[in-house]
Amino acid sequence: MINAVKEKTKTATGKKSKTMSGAQMVIEALIEQGVDTIFGYPGGAVLPIYDAIFQQKKIKHILCRHEQGAAHAAEGYARSTGKPGVVLVTSGPGATNAVTGLTDALLDSIPLVCITGQVPTFLIGNDAFQEADTTGITRPCTKHNYLVKDVDDLSNVVHEAFHVATSGRPGPVVIDLPKDIQFAEGSYIPKAKAVTHMYQPQTKPDMKAIREAVKLIANAKRPIFYTGGGVINAGPKASKDLTDLVKKTGYPITSTLMGLGAFPAHEDQWLGMLGMHGTYEANWAMHDCDVMICIGARFDDRVTGDVTKFSPHSKKIHIDIDPSSINKIINVDIPIVGDAGLAIAAMLKEWKDKKYKRTKAELKPWWDQIEEWRGVKCLNYKKSDTIIKPQYALERLQHHLNKSKKDTFITTEVGQHQMWAAQFLPFNKPNRWMTSGGLGTMGYGLPAAIGTQLGNKNGLVIDIAGEASILMNIQEMSTAVQYNLPVKIFILNNQWMGMVRQWQELLHGERYSQSYTESLPDFVKLAEAYGGIGLRATTLDELDDVIEQMLVTDKVTIVDVQVCQSENCFPMIPSGKAHNEMILSADAEKFDKKLV
Amino acid sequence: MLAKKKIQSISVYGEGPGERLIERHTLSVLVDNEPGVLARVIGLFSGRGYNIESLTVAEVSKELNQSRMTIVAVGTSSVIDQIRHQLERLVPVHKVNDLTEEGAHVERELALIKVVGDGDKRIEALRSANIFRARVVDSTQSSFVFEITGSTEKVDAFIDLMRPLGIVNISRTGAAAISRGPEKI
Repeated sequence: MINAVKEKTKTATGKKSKTMSGAQMVIEALIEQGVDTIFGYPGGAVLPIYDAIFQQKKIKHILCRHEQGAAHAAEGYARSTGKPGVVLVTSGPGATNAVTGLTDALLDSIPLVCITGQVPTFLIGNDAFQEADTTGITRPCTKHNYLVKDVDDLSNVVHEAFHVATSGRPGPVVIDLPKDIQFAEGSYIPKAKAVTHMYQPQTKPDMKAIREAVKLIANAKRPIFYTGGGVINAGPKASKDLTDLVKKTGYPITSTLMGLGAFPAHEDQWLGMLGMHGTYEANWAMHDCDVMICIGARFDDRVTGDVTKFSPHSKKIHIDIDPSSINKIINVDIPIVGDAGLAIAAMLKEWKDKKYKRTKAELKPWWDQIEEWRGVKCLNYKKSDTIIKPQYALERLQHHLNKSKKDTFITTEVGQHQMWAAQFLPFNKPNRWMTSGGLGTMGYGLPAAIGTQLGNKNGLVIDIAGEASILMNIQEMSTAVQYNLPVKIFILNNQWMGMVRQWQELLHGERYSQSYTESLPDFVKLAEAYGGIGLRATTLDELDDVIEQMLVTDKVTIVDVQVCQSENCFPMIPSGKAHNEMILSADAEKFDKKLV
Repeated sequence: MLAKKKIQSISVYGEGPGERLIERHTLSVLVDNEPGVLARVIGLFSGRGYNIESLTVAEVSKELNQSRMTIVAVGTSSVIDQIRHQLERLVPVHKVNDLTEEGAHVERELALIKVVGDGDKRIEALRSANIFRARVVDSTQSSFVFEITGSTEKVDAFIDLMRPLGIVNISRTGAAAISRGPEKI
């Protein structure tokens, strides 16, 4: 049987292929795919591959301390470099531990290839030691997955997995690889001869729709660009072209959490992030606009709020590479399926070809209105002379970052600190902001920072964290120490699961069920125990000093910033409300907490 | 063809946008015949809360290693659109045709019905089967197995007619469908 298949591959390629073991094939295919770093954790069912790793020098393996950490590290690497992340884990618990990372990558469209070991083919289905139905478990949380049952299919599967993970809307792909296949000898199919043509999503936009869209854009009275992670995924040129297009039109732009950095935040046309914790001006502009240009975003419920009241008077243009994202939540007037980069370039060209022009006077009423919303200063917070406000800590961090010459990369955990980071730290370039948007995975930030640092050796990588989230993958401190990665962990420590506490205060009658963390570790000692550096700021005076120290450390550093415990993150659109029903921090005291 | 029914909004987010009419669509899906492809399709329907009325699948091309699934799904027209797009996203899915949308098509299903009885009921069963052009594929002193092919409505009607005559078991295939005319789907 195997011989017959072998014969077939030979004739198909017309040449005699190289023969090698399945494990060697994996390494060979990874090298051909340009992989230089993989994240993983060994175990019984992947030992042949680890053996092959040991015998080569081209691929660096990063030993994480938990498979979830490995998957998030690969995500951070992928998001910050634009290359696919690669994960290698064992069968059973190795694979199930990676599931959160895979789901996270699926929701945020991050290209990952995850190779999981599996028990030998003759034991599959026998409840063997460390057996799990990995393809069954990961089917709904991957873009695609494979169970390789014949070594002669293996190299083709690896090449196809990279093709699927990176083309169209990117996402995670699992290759489940039984141990006997890793040992078996077979013929290697090189990348150039691999058959991957089956999956070919549409990337080129329909030009007729582009012309129609640009015409609508050029005649808008109250336009707004609403962009998302798709622009980042389309590569740096897409962000550059977007910036050009937005500047040419003179229109305001907002973006989702995932899209931050595609348009420079220092530009005057930038309204800040939109959505549940977005700015007042961004959300009101979305609500009142007459033409909405959505590029690479998917109308998530954290963005739209109440869909029946979502931007009721606008014509909507939606550009997305995934046809299923279009008309899924919001019906749009001009749907355009295609790659965000190609679509933006086409729109830019159309704008120039038709010599469209908008004068300042034409747009003045709209900008006047926006300035009025900006005047609300929605991100204002009550300053304190005695206690560190979390927003203040981030402002001071940014103050010091502005003086730094290093390329800065920010990752976050999930919660209040994540939203404050999105509100208070400006991003001027794409691929500098790594956060778990769709899945909202606490524990994402530290491993993602590790992956980011590995992909950007000279970058300054800071994980903005909360004290609850950081404990979810704290073991990755050990990874950072092992590989001398000087990532900084900036903990806004309020001793509460801040976002949970905030919802309980505002929406559950101040009943703080299980949201206070008792017996927190001493983070300074914890950092030292791992072999890193620990710093602490409890007073306003200490804060600047500690930030300055942090920025020059050469080892993994935890900064424990003891912040105000009761601070809430505003503005906020309560779940299920409309964009124009935001709560500002000043309203919060009037908010009737007994109503809910 | 279109069963029209109002659905009630139960979401705390209130009613979604768009129409509320429930439609019944027949989708023809060409897939790679590989392990797990059926699980992918079924998982998509259960994971996203879509409703399947029937699903049939069998290999249609040995050399291309392809199978055709015929799925009868119910939902609002935007849900049906979503189903089509979500199916198209699956890597082993080559082509999805909404036969209901694309024009005239033929839909058939096959049912095997076991009827047990004697005397007048037995004679009546045979007479009704004749009218419906159902074939007798097995017979004993006290039982018949009828085979009937036709539209879902026809099979339903036959089963209703047979029910008082002593149906003990029903086995149905679900609908298989193909477009009318010379065009390839």
